[in-house]
This record gives sequence, structure tokens and C-alpha cells, in this order.
Amino acid sequence: MPPLLELVDVHKAFGRTEVLRGISFSVEPGEVVAVLGPSGSGKSTLLLCVNHLERIDRGRILFDGRLVGYREQGGRLKAEGDAAVARMRREIGMVFQRFNLFPHLTALGNVMEAPVHVLKQSKAEARARATAMLSRVGLGDKLDAYPSQLSGGQQQRVAIARSLAMGPRLMLFDEVTSALDPELVGEVLEVMRGLAEMGMTMLVVTHEMAFAREAASRVIFMDEGAVVEDAPPAAFFASPRSDRARQFLSRYGR
Amino acid sequence: MLGGVEGLFLGVIDWGVVRDNLFSELVLRGVWMTVRLSVLAMLFGIALGTVFALMRLSRLAPVRWASLLYIWLFRGTPLLVQIVFWFFALPQLWPEWAPWDGKLSTFQAAIVALSINEGAYMTEIMRAGIQSVDPGQALAARSLGMTYPLAMRRIILPQAMRVVIPPTGNEFIAMLKSSSLVNAISVAELFFVAKQQYSSSLKYLEWLLIISAWYLVLTTIASLFQAWLEARYRGPAGAASESVFSRARRPAWMGGR
Ligand SMILES: Nc1ncnc2c1ncn2[C@@H]1O[C@H](COP(=O)(O)OP(=O)(O)OP(=O)(O)O)[C@@H](O)[C@H]1O
Ligand SMILES: [Mg+2]
Repeated sequence: MPPLLELVDVHKAFGRTEVLRGISFSVEPGEVVAVLGPSGSGKSTLLLCVNHLERIDRGRILFDGRLVGYREQGGRLKAEGDAAVARMRREIGMVFQRFNLFPHLTALGNVMEAPVHVLKQSKAEARARATAMLSRVGLGDKLDAYPSQLSGGQQQRVAIARSLAMGPRLMLFDEVTSALDPELVGEVLEVMRGLAEMGMTMLVVTHEMAFAREAASRVIFMDEGAVVEDAPPAAFFASPRSDRARQFLSRYGR
Repeated sequence: MLGGVEGLFLGVIDWGVVRDNLFSELVLRGVWMTVRLSVLAMLFGIALGTVFALMRLSRLAPVRWASLLYIWLFRGTPLLVQIVFWFFALPQLWPEWAPWDGKLSTFQAAIVALSINEGAYMTEIMRAGIQSVDPGQALAARSLGMTYPLAMRRIILPQAMRVVIPPTGNEFIAMLKSSSLVNAISVAELFFVAKQQYSSSLKYLEWLLIISAWYLVLTTIASLFQAWLEARYRGPAGAASESVFSRARRPAWMGGR
């Protein structure tokens, strides 16, 4: 089977700051890839590029064999239009550190919004699916709550349900437990573990070493915009090859 | 029994004129015209303001410049000049479009002038509103496969309303009064009615009293409406918090049921 996601020599700079300097790796269907790395190493930028929420300067990203954000025309790359990029994003879910729930909508409203207005599902169908999805993340009793009435852990679970409601084939997680009180981290990780067990392909930026060790099938360690290590978790945690990974692990614990 | 000042006051004013005209058909027509002009121009102004605010925030520099040029031109010149321009000067510039040939009525010219002028002010108000929304909201919306227009309409603009509503209320109150400037092209709004009447009868004081009373009625209603809207969309003690949206009863355009 071809990789679900493939990055080839991806470069990205903000002005003069080079944030991604030639990133290459691929993700097979069903893989759970943990992306680790110190602050500022370019992990968030990487995820945004995969979704074309940031445009890359050089290299290419392929999702399911198709170029992300561009199409090939006569041997040259041409930028895709808004609608085509939006269509591709339906298949890639993204969950953010700061939840980014829609504050003017209830939990149910948040989850129904895109299925109704993007996928054109009927309200009744979307409501049924959203209810099921929220029950799945343990929030069947919070359908009518507004985000401000929910705890951080509950909000993040709504955000995961909101992404899953689009039926994505790839899920991107950007430090989704970093903004949570310690006692709320577990409930979110549990939902993610469940997803991984069900075979969802996931790219997970995290500082939760236990999650990376137990739930990931691979660990990618980034530093200064480059992939420094790409190894199975057992190998990475037992014997990191680079000094930078060793330093990182000694700080965040093994 | 009456004191000197009051006596003088009552003596000078011909209360009969006031009494006979306060609710006369002529005046009520003027009131209705003022309301119609203000509401229509405000609605068009909000629409123009939204479009130019989005242009102002565009990634493309020429599009941003077009918006800046619009604001610069229509906020920087007197409304009266613009009113006279649309009715009298435009046909001179573009002879086929002669309003007095029935192609553009004085009412239409008034609406065009007031709307375009209002749009320039609304552009800045809408821009501030859109920029007040957390960029994470746009990221989340786009990541769910929403196109730019859909994300704007469903996610960004509803949240911008909280910041947009108070200054828009002020704009509307200002509009009720500045719409009187279209008397320059003989649109029969409240002030024009008074002007015609006092010019022939010389009852200046009486007519200014009549229309001022009406303007106060209109602006009072508008202020009450504004206060009601603000109380509804701003949390207690003016806290711009998410709890604003937690109210169970919200109108449909805010995503309520
Ligand atoms: N929109 C932007 N404009 C300019 N610089 C940016 C922008 N986004 C990120 N950067 C810079 O790019 C670098 C990488 O940022 P990024 O957020 O990808 O790192 P990160 O690995 O996710 O870090 P953290 O662990 O703190 O979240 C940082 O130096 C950051 O300041
Ligand atoms: Mg980050």
C-alpha cells in the first residue's frame, strides 16, 4: 500500500527564519507517529503545512498520492484554489493545543457545523452522528453545553469529536494536552489511545512521553527544523542515537 | 402667574402651528422618509463595509489599496459634497446617466450617497470586529474543510458581532441626523419638510421644534434598541467573555435555535 502521507524535502521560512529545513518522511495507513522535539523546533508549523494552513516554500507533500495545495501542470506546480484545498482538508482532521472550539455554538453545534455546511448532511443525520460521536468521547450528557461551560478536558474531547465527525483518514494532533490541568490529561489521552486502537492514522505532536512510548508505532524527533531521528519508540527511548535527543529525553523524562 | 422668561417663551412661539403640524400628514411623511433613508443606507453601508473590510484584510496588496482608497475618499470628503456629486455632478461626468431623465431619482441618489459614505465608516468597524476574533477560530474552521466564504459567514462574522454592534448603533444614530443633508437634493425627509414650511411662513422656531421633537423620538428609540442589543451580547459589567454566547436565547443569525 502506498503511504497515506509523504513529505519530500519540505522547506518553510517565516521571513528570514527558516523553520523547516528539508523534512522528509512518510506515514503508512494505520500508523501512529509521535513527533517530539524542543520548543520552536517547527512541530506546529509542520502540522499546519500538512493541512496547507501554511504554504510550503520548497519540496512537496502528498496525501494519499495527491499533492497538497498544488497541482502539476506541464511539469510545473500551480497553486490549488480555495475550494480544492478545502475539499482535501475534509479528509485530514486537526486538533489544537488551545481547542479552538466555536464559542457561539454548543458542543453538539460544534460537531454538527461542518457535516451540515461542508458535507451537506441533513440536520437530522448530522445530529444523530454528532450525538453518537460525543457519546463515544464520553460527552453524551453535555450535548447542549457551550464551550465556556466545559472543562478543558471536555472541550478538547469535543474538539476531537468535531474533527472525527468529518470522517477523516488522517488526524493531526498538536500538543492537545499541553493546555490542560494535569488531572484532565488522562481523559484526552484515553480517547486518543482508543482512536489509535481502531486503526486511525495519526500524526501526534506531544510532550507526553508515556503516550509516545505506549501508543505510537514510530517516533520522529525534530530539532531546528529537521528530522533528527525516526525510529520505533522502544529503540528511540532505550537508545537515542543523537546527543540532542538524549538531552531532550533527560529533560522530559523517559 | 407665569414668570417673565416663560411668558416670553410662550408668547413668541405660535403653539398653534406646532399643534397643527406635529402629527400632520406632511410631517409624518417626512418622518417616514427619514426612517426609510436611514435604515436602507445603514443596511447597504453594513454590506459595503463588510466587503471592503474583507478587502482591507486581503493577502493581495492591490486589493488592500483599493479598500484604503475607498475609505480615504469617502471618509475624507464632506457628506454634503458627496450628495451633490451623486445627483448633480455625476450626470455631468457621465451624461447618459441623467437623474432628471428619470434614470436615478433624488431618492436613489440619496441612498447611493448615504450608503457609500456609511460604508467607509463601517469598513473600519467591521475590520476591527473581524480582527477581534481569535485567529485559532479561522484555523479550526479551515481545518474542517470550510471554504473562506463559509468560514467567514458561519464562524468569524457571528463572533465579530460582539465588537461590531456598539459602534454600529452609534453610526445609526448619527445616520438618522445626517440623513437630513439630502435636503440639498430636495428629498422630502424631515428637515426638508421644515425648510419648505419655514421659508414661506417664517415660523422658524415652530418648525425646528416640531422636527427636533421627532429626531429626539427616533434617536431615543434607536438608543434603546442599541442598549438592548448590547446588554444581550455583552456579558455583565461589559466583560467581553465567551459567556456572551452561552445565553440560551440568541437570534438565529448568531447560530441560535
Ligand atoms: N506565523 C509565524 N510567523 C513568524 N514566525 C513563526 C510563525 N509561526 C511560527 N514561527 C516561528 O517558527 C519557529 C517554529 O515554530 P513552531 O510553532 O512550529 O514550533 P514548535 O516546535 O511547535 O514549538 P512549541 O513546542 O513551542 O509549540 C519558532 O521560532 C516560531 O517563532
Ligand atoms: Mg507548537
